[in-house]
Amino acid sequence: MGHAVVARGLVKRYGALTAVDGIDLDIPIEVSFGILGPNGAGKTTTMRMLSAAIEPTAGSLEVLGHDINLTAEQRPLKRRIGVVPQGDTLDKDLTVRENLMAYARYHDLPWPLARQRADELLGFAQLEQRADARIDELSGGMQRRLLIARALVSDPELVILDEPTTGLDPQARHLVWERLRNLRRRGTTLVITTHYMDEAARLCDALVVMDRGRIIAAGTPTGLIRDHVPPRVTEIIGAGDLEDASRVVDGIAQRVEIIGDRVVAYGRDSQAISDAVRASSLDGVTLLERDATLEDVFLSLTGHVLVED
Amino acid sequence: MAAVATEPRSRNTFVDVVAWPRISVRSAWHMWERNFMRFRRGIFQYVLPNFLEPILYLLAIGLGLGLYVGTQILGVEYVAFLAPGLAASSAMYGAVFEVTWNSYFKMKVERNYDSVIATPLGAEEVALGELLWATTRSGIYGTAFTIVLVVLGHAESWLVVFSPLALPLIGMAMGVIGMSFTILAKQIEYLTYFFNLFVIPLFLFSGIFFPVSDLPGWARTLAWFTPLHHGVEMNRALVLTGDAGTAALHALWLVAFILLLLPIPMNLLRRFLRV
Repeated sequence: MGHAVVARGLVKRYGALTAVDGIDLDIPIEVSFGILGPNGAGKTTTMRMLSAAIEPTAGSLEVLGHDINLTAEQRPLKRRIGVVPQGDTLDKDLTVRENLMAYARYHDLPWPLARQRADELLGFAQLEQRADARIDELSGGMQRRLLIARALVSDPELVILDEPTTGLDPQARHLVWERLRNLRRRGTTLVITTHYMDEAARLCDALVVMDRGRIIAAGTPTGLIRDHVPPRVTEIIGAGDLEDASRVVDGIAQRVEIIGDRVVAYGRDSQAISDAVRASSLDGVTLLERDATLEDVFLSLTGHVLVED
Repeated sequence: MAAVATEPRSRNTFVDVVAWPRISVRSAWHMWERNFMRFRRGIFQYVLPNFLEPILYLLAIGLGLGLYVGTQILGVEYVAFLAPGLAASSAMYGAVFEVTWNSYFKMKVERNYDSVIATPLGAEEVALGELLWATTRSGIYGTAFTIVLVVLGHAESWLVVFSPLALPLIGMAMGVIGMSFTILAKQIEYLTYFFNLFVIPLFLFSGIFFPVSDLPGWARTLAWFTPLHHGVEMNRALVLTGDAGTAALHALWLVAFILLLLPIPMNLLRRFLRV
């Protein structure tokens, strides 16, 4: 199988700041690939390099078989990539349909095809009823779906999405995820940056975890969890003295972390952990047992959490 | 395997800014189409005021100020002298409003261009497309003014039929300067400087209200280097004196100005959007 993206030692520096610090990527075609990491990890910078918007400082990068070298002609490559940038970047002077039409023309589609594509994508984005609405009349979820539809006007082989559901309510997020899974079924390669571990787990066939400009782990969502953390987690919530609480499960759990106002105990034997808490003198604590997630993987690799409260 | 990108080469900044970039006019035209799409929906709100403004000017000056200006200029009454110059300034304003306030919002507030350059359009083509649209707006303003001017009987030469084609040159030339300024402006308040220190002085001293020959020598020389002065003289030759040669020379000056300076906003926008 071919690769949509191959990067070796990719670096992007802005003056003294190193945003991306030598990463390697191998993204096969027709997969949904995630770049998971906290804000400031270098995800957006990486995405902008993949979409030929900014020039790498060093390293090599090949996207859909094209060298990313800004002195060369980028037009043929850009026709084959759809970009969904972070935040609201829709054209607020134009209606919903005009946004799609304008971008279809930017991609040099003939007018009849542009009109046809706009109609199809209004359907894809479930916005047929809002075709002539102004952008500020749309909800956040509708705007995000339109942003994704806009990236699809040129029928791209690769779609790059930067934080596609940040700021959306749960229902709107599910609608966006459903649209993205629909795209993946059609064989479009997706590269998704996110700081939500549930998003990465639901949408991505494979992912890398980034922190401070570097890739710190790579694999499938389940593989990463299996390789890096015990499968079960017990959270001890509401303990008066967190150090006390952590000592209670120390030695029983495989690892114990204090995160904010909680003690998080990782271990295969969650029964033993809860028994130990109940037998202890800890008062008024609540126990929450759950499966380990990518959030836990991130925590175990970096010692800090993905999303700060 | 892909070629290895190295640290940015050291570049000659001046040459980078003034050299003609490689562009596709077809791509730039797609940017024009985006603006036309917006325009089409609000055609009355855009075009109607353009007819109103010159009527007000010409009425106020023709009926009011003109009475106090007893002398004839170039063998005609004052309002007829004034009208072609005001048409030129109208064409200028049509373009500079577009490339200052409107472009500033699209470029730096809404950040629309960042998404546009993810498509096959390059920054240079975005700049050129916006300038072509500003030129179109300048043509609409100038043509509206010319229609009013003809209807009120201030056209003395049949060459006035060329005014609607010639006036957009003023818009393009002023648009090139205005857009460069907008790209460099760090805050929207700086646009006021552009108007107060550049546009309004041009409006007052380019020969619209009195012949530039009345100015001291140094001011005449200064005026020669500005687009509006040539626009005013060009349009007055078309509307009033019917001197085709003079009109052509001033039009040529504007074309040369545009060809020489057009790469600047295109290159500056690329630099701005790469940051």
